[in-house]
Amino acid sequence: MTTQTTTTQSSFGTRVLHGAGNFAKARETGILIAFVLVVVAATVKNPNFLFSNDGFRDLLLTPSILLLVAVGQAVVIITRNVDLSVGSTLGLSAYLTGRLFIDFPGIPILAVFLIGILFGGLLGLVNGALVAFARVPALVITLGTLYIYRGINVWWTGSDRINASDMPKDFLALGTQQFFSIPVLTIIALVVLIAAGWYLRNQRGGRELYAIGSDPGAANLYGLKVTQRVLVAFVVCGALAGLAGVLYAARYGTINSQAGSGFELEAVGAAVIGGVAIFGGSGTVWGAAIGAFLLFTINRALPILGVQDFWQRAVVGVLIIGAIVLDRVLSLRQSRKLVEARDN
Amino acid sequence: MTISPPATGTPALELRSIAKSFGSVVALSSGSLALHSGSIHALIGENGAGKSTIVKIIAGLYQRDTGDFELEGESVDFKSTAESKAAGIAVIYQEPTLFPDLSVTENIFMGRQPTLSLGRIDRKLMREQAVGLFSRLGVRIDPDRPTLGLSIADQQIIEIAKAISLEAKVLVMDEPTAALSGVEVERLFAVARSLRDEGRALLFISHRFDEVFDLCDTVTVMRDGEYISTDPIGDTSVDQLVRRMVGRDVTTLFPKEEATIGDPVLVVEGLNQPGIFHDVNFEVRSGEIVALAGLVGAGRSEIARAVFGVDSYAAGRVSINGRNVPRHNPAAAMTLGLALVPEDRRKQGLVLESSVAQNTTMAIRRSLSKVGLLFSNAENSAARIWASRLEVKTSALDTEVGTLSGGNQQKVVLAKWLATKPSVLIVDEPTRGIDVGTKAEVHRLLSQLAGEGLAILMISSELPEVLGMADRVLVVREGRITADIPRADATAESVMLAATHSQEATA
Repeated sequence: MTTQTTTTQSSFGTRVLHGAGNFAKARETGILIAFVLVVVAATVKNPNFLFSNDGFRDLLLTPSILLLVAVGQAVVIITRNVDLSVGSTLGLSAYLTGRLFIDFPGIPILAVFLIGILFGGLLGLVNGALVAFARVPALVITLGTLYIYRGINVWWTGSDRINASDMPKDFLALGTQQFFSIPVLTIIALVVLIAAGWYLRNQRGGRELYAIGSDPGAANLYGLKVTQRVLVAFVVCGALAGLAGVLYAARYGTINSQAGSGFELEAVGAAVIGGVAIFGGSGTVWGAAIGAFLLFTINRALPILGVQDFWQRAVVGVLIIGAIVLDRVLSLRQSRKLVEARDN
Repeated sequence: MTISPPATGTPALELRSIAKSFGSVVALSSGSLALHSGSIHALIGENGAGKSTIVKIIAGLYQRDTGDFELEGESVDFKSTAESKAAGIAVIYQEPTLFPDLSVTENIFMGRQPTLSLGRIDRKLMREQAVGLFSRLGVRIDPDRPTLGLSIADQQIIEIAKAISLEAKVLVMDEPTAALSGVEVERLFAVARSLRDEGRALLFISHRFDEVFDLCDTVTVMRDGEYISTDPIGDTSVDQLVRRMVGRDVTTLFPKEEATIGDPVLVVEGLNQPGIFHDVNFEVRSGEIVALAGLVGAGRSEIARAVFGVDSYAAGRVSINGRNVPRHNPAAAMTLGLALVPEDRRKQGLVLESSVAQNTTMAIRRSLSKVGLLFSNAENSAARIWASRLEVKTSALDTEVGTLSGGNQQKVVLAKWLATKPSVLIVDEPTRGIDVGTKAEVHRLLSQLAGEGLAILMISSELPEVLGMADRVLVVREGRITADIPRADATAESVMLAATHSQEATA
């Protein structure tokens, strides 16, 4: 949750501007500043980081796949759940993409996208159903499905590997193609981001996700459809991981049984760094998106800045802990301020 | 009161002989209630009379086992709170249930926000409606702030705004005034009256008779899960209602032994914690059983917890045998001879997975251990003494405590604390959820301990227990001790009156 708007929302343009205004005051700002600082520092050291064609493209392209997964993850975390299986879902979906092109030559690219998304959504549905009906914490359920989905992947793939030559050129081109110097992958990710951001902010269903995460007990007393909403959150998260899997195949061209492993932690990290409270109820997908950008950009910038390998990992850890400490401090300060405001 | 109850016509809501049990515990044996449009109906009864169960059945949170539930003459069967809401019933619970991260406005309209095209939430309209609701209620609450950090009174107002915006036909308020100040109560009543005049049916649950007589036109009394009576408010009186609430004969069910009462052991002076309890002064003498009576939520357990040091307090002094008990330090309190048998024995008093012997010796582990090691025969021999003294019915000391009956569990908790050889024992609801036979045993035990010179502070919501056991009854009402009644003068009426009524009435 960012700040509330009071002005008339007359047109899409002013709404975007207004959103930008809120943005400046929000928790996301700090993380955005950090992102800009990293880019500036790396660019000063090596101007190619930003000003070469490749540099600019990579800046946008590299985090795009993570962005999709992080958006899905943020939606789930907002409901006071977590989905640790997204990396495995991504891997399965990526391998499925390759297999579709091999087993059904000439299959339309759009169909592959749809199948990938549906497949991911199905895996998400399994998670959601287990969480919603078995009433076991999502952390445990999705830790289980993390291994199960990866296991299926290993069993299915074996020592096999999908190579770029197995997939059509048009499809692979999507992975690097640019549109007015913006990578197509990034455009897809941004469209998803905007749609998710809009839904969470402006639709009843979106607001109910926040309500459920804020106080599940109260959500029940309100008569909100808690089970259904949580289920949908998991399906969306899975579907986005599925979409990310298809794009992963297009981007990297090579897929083995370990594709996307470790992605779940990057996604949770991106969301947390971006200010999505791990206990649910607050944060935005915008924050998660910036978190994803910061996470991957730092990985690329640190070697340029001459930071050793070991410290590169540590910096990510510091970022995550720093973000959580910051959130805690901010929320303590806010609740103190609110109590004071009440007493006055 | 000038309004006479419109008792004719089909009731807006009617319950007939509703029963509800949880396992073997009967929460409601035959609850009946008829609410009419344009009327404010009071529901009163002691703690555990079944009022909250009725509310939860009306809200759709619980489903009745038997009985009829009709809304405007139509039989209804709510499976969820959403169904009850959709049927036009709004419930304001004792504890407000809000989403702390979301704004006040969103809290009011969650799930039914006004929308524009594409299902887009009309934030502007929603905010205007919230402002409108607040001005109608005559309150100033920033509609944009999160509900985190709001006072209970303001949270209550938001609940009421929510109920009003629902256009509910039936509005149920479960002790809405418990946490409100005088001005806030007046504000709430003004709203309630205007809702009544709009033709809605209101159910008002309160322990404060002045409020019931001020606001309501009809009153229903419940006792022990049963319907007792319904009368127009003008045809009844406080005395009559109290008698009906208490109902049963208070006999000497409890074998109270005469004990020599000695010097003050526990002295509490000027204990204060803003918003919880205020200016609490009392003493407990050796051999004396002092009961802390009052309604649930009056602050009795909080006082006990502060005395023992589980919770801190802002000002005041606690001493045992003349020695100061440091604030917020249970370990020091135990060393000085204080013991607390908590209200929730399963969560706070026992380690359910551990054995009887381990639980019994839990508080004296340090003195039983040799060179930092604790041997089970040391535990067993120490535990055996107390288990036999308290007649804990268990075949072996290594039985898991979780498998014992409630009464025997309570005895284990008592044994645990008695093993520390305390000079003051605080027991919080010592017989809750215990069968009658064991109850008498626990009472016999407490009485016997007092006879041996122990000072006992007993918190209890059961009037017969209070009247039967206590040498002195301290009545707590809204965080203050409002009456100190010696055994000879303690009657169900005097205690109930002090617990529910304003101070002047009991003086």
